[in-house]
Amino acid sequence: MHPSPSVIIFTTLSGLGFGLMIFLGLGAPSVTGWVAFWFYLIAYVLAVGGLMASAFHLGHPERALKAFTQWHTSWLSREAVAAVAALLVMGIYAALAVFFGLRIPALGWLGAALSLLTLIATAMIYTQLRTVPRWNHVLTPLHLVSTALAGGALLAGQVTPASVLLLAAGLIQIGHWSVGDTRFAEAGHTLGSATGLGSRGQVRAFEPPHTGPNYLLREMVYVVGRKHALKLRILAAGFGYALPLVLILVPGAGHVLGGIAVISHLLGVFASRWLFFAEAEHVVGLYYGARV
Amino acid sequence: MTRLPDHTERKLGLVIDLDTCVGCHACVVACKGWNTENYGAPLSDQDAYGAEPSGTFLNRVHSYEVTPETGAAQLVHFPKSCLHCEDAPCVTVCPTGASYKRSEDGIVLVNEADCIGCGLCAWACPYGAREMDAAAGVMKKCTLCVDRIYNETLPEIDREPACVRTCPAGARHFGDLGDPESDVSQLVAARGGIDLMPEQGTKPVNKYLPPRPKDTWEQTDILAPFLTPVADSPQGFLGWLDRALDRL
Ligand code: SF4
Ligand code: SF4
Ligand code: SF4
Repeated sequence: MHPSPSVIIFTTLSGLGFGLMIFLGLGAPSVTGWVAFWFYLIAYVLAVGGLMASAFHLGHPERALKAFTQWHTSWLSREAVAAVAALLVMGIYAALAVFFGLRIPALGWLGAALSLLTLIATAMIYTQLRTVPRWNHVLTPLHLVSTALAGGALLAGQVTPASVLLLAAGLIQIGHWSVGDTRFAEAGHTLGSATGLGSRGQVRAFEPPHTGPNYLLREMVYVVGRKHALKLRILAAGFGYALPLVLILVPGAGHVLGGIAVISHLLGVFASRWLFFAEAEHVVGLYYGARV
Repeated sequence: MTRLPDHTERKLGLVIDLDTCVGCHACVVACKGWNTENYGAPLSDQDAYGAEPSGTFLNRVHSYEVTPETGAAQLVHFPKSCLHCEDAPCVTVCPTGASYKRSEDGIVLVNEADCIGCGLCAWACPYGAREMDAAAGVMKKCTLCVDRIYNETLPEIDREPACVRTCPAGARHFGDLGDPESDVSQLVAARGGIDLMPEQGTKPVNKYLPPRPKDTWEQTDILAPFLTPVADSPQGFLGWLDRALDRL
């Protein structure tokens, strides 16, 4: 799939923002007043900034309100509904904490639950696609949600949960890569099944429909060099998970090391997310002779 | 409404004959011509006269080469448009309700006034049947020429999809695949029509008729028995001549 910058920015930043929101909702850290103000500001900038970035890749952002209507079938619609609900509930919870020094735990839990729901809905948008075998399995939501939670814990300064989550998310990330690498072959889609001609012999794409490129090729038949993919995987695992884990476990690690850990994590997740899209093979590539 | 109907009264669709398609792309042109002027936003082109022309098409013709274990390779021209799937994944993923499947005839359509151009439906379609129009920012797909097939202002002969009407080889057929008695269903049954990528579970309505096996040399002399010389030994004058010459 085409690694479009708006979607990479959206899933990375929003994931981090809603991850932080979950920890704030659970009262870890339990903050009020100015400290709370800065925490919530960061969470909202990340979550809302991500959502705005995703709106940029729409053909008609002015009709975005319509996307709230089909929650009974569409994960994208569910994501929109859950995200707005989470932002509203957490908004009330945050306002009370910041301006009145008042924390209502039940409201926080509700906000945390809605934030988690948002993360799951986002992950399901990709997981549900049978057309992209690399995404179409249970490790995809586990990967996206665990990474968001790890980032949230890191931002919330929760050292113990952050270290456990970073370790878990890092392992799941590696699992997602290795399982993903064989998914396309396992799903059994070939040019033979795509054309129905497979039983007659070896099928080869002889000539594409047009000499020029098209939307399908640009959007879904993106090809990434394997050599770069491996390098990026190492960078993603190192910066995204391993380095932050080491940094926060340094005894007496203060804000400086914590800050570096967050930046390193963010860079790593950007690399991971780029690969998430760039390496995803859509079955339509078969028709263009691109998946052999 | 992105919930799929439990049941559609009819299953209108196309049957594409891979045996007769000659790969002329007339259906591609007819489709683009009709659909750029009628239902919804025009099918735009970008850089049409430049170095990298690109545009929106609802129907494209691929060509594949099939090499059997023994015998000669065969070239198969392969037109592909929306298959109006019964379990259309493109419909259920749509967040706005712009994509829908009609319960009366099973046609899958996009209400362009509601489409936000998120592109998720095109990701969900295994067949590459949906293309986002770069100028209009909305999703385009085959409408099964819904604005022709019921159009009473057209002469009756034209009330079928533009691609079917134009195909010079008669390789495209239109009809109700839900009715086992219809011409198209009979054709599918007779020719062993197949689904594309059945393992995706989309239950396509459109069917493809596989190329028929090529003739072999053994089969070419069906008339041979009638052509072989009837008598080895000639009769009459020729017989006398034959015998006389033998005796020489
Ligand atoms: S062919 Fe693609 S666009 Fe058409 S109904 Fe099936 S999944 Fe949807
Ligand atoms: S591109 Fe339009 S029709 Fe397709 S899923 Fe998005 S809103 Fe629905
Ligand atoms: S039925 Fe109409 S819209 Fe569909 S491929 Fe044929 S000409 Fe194009």
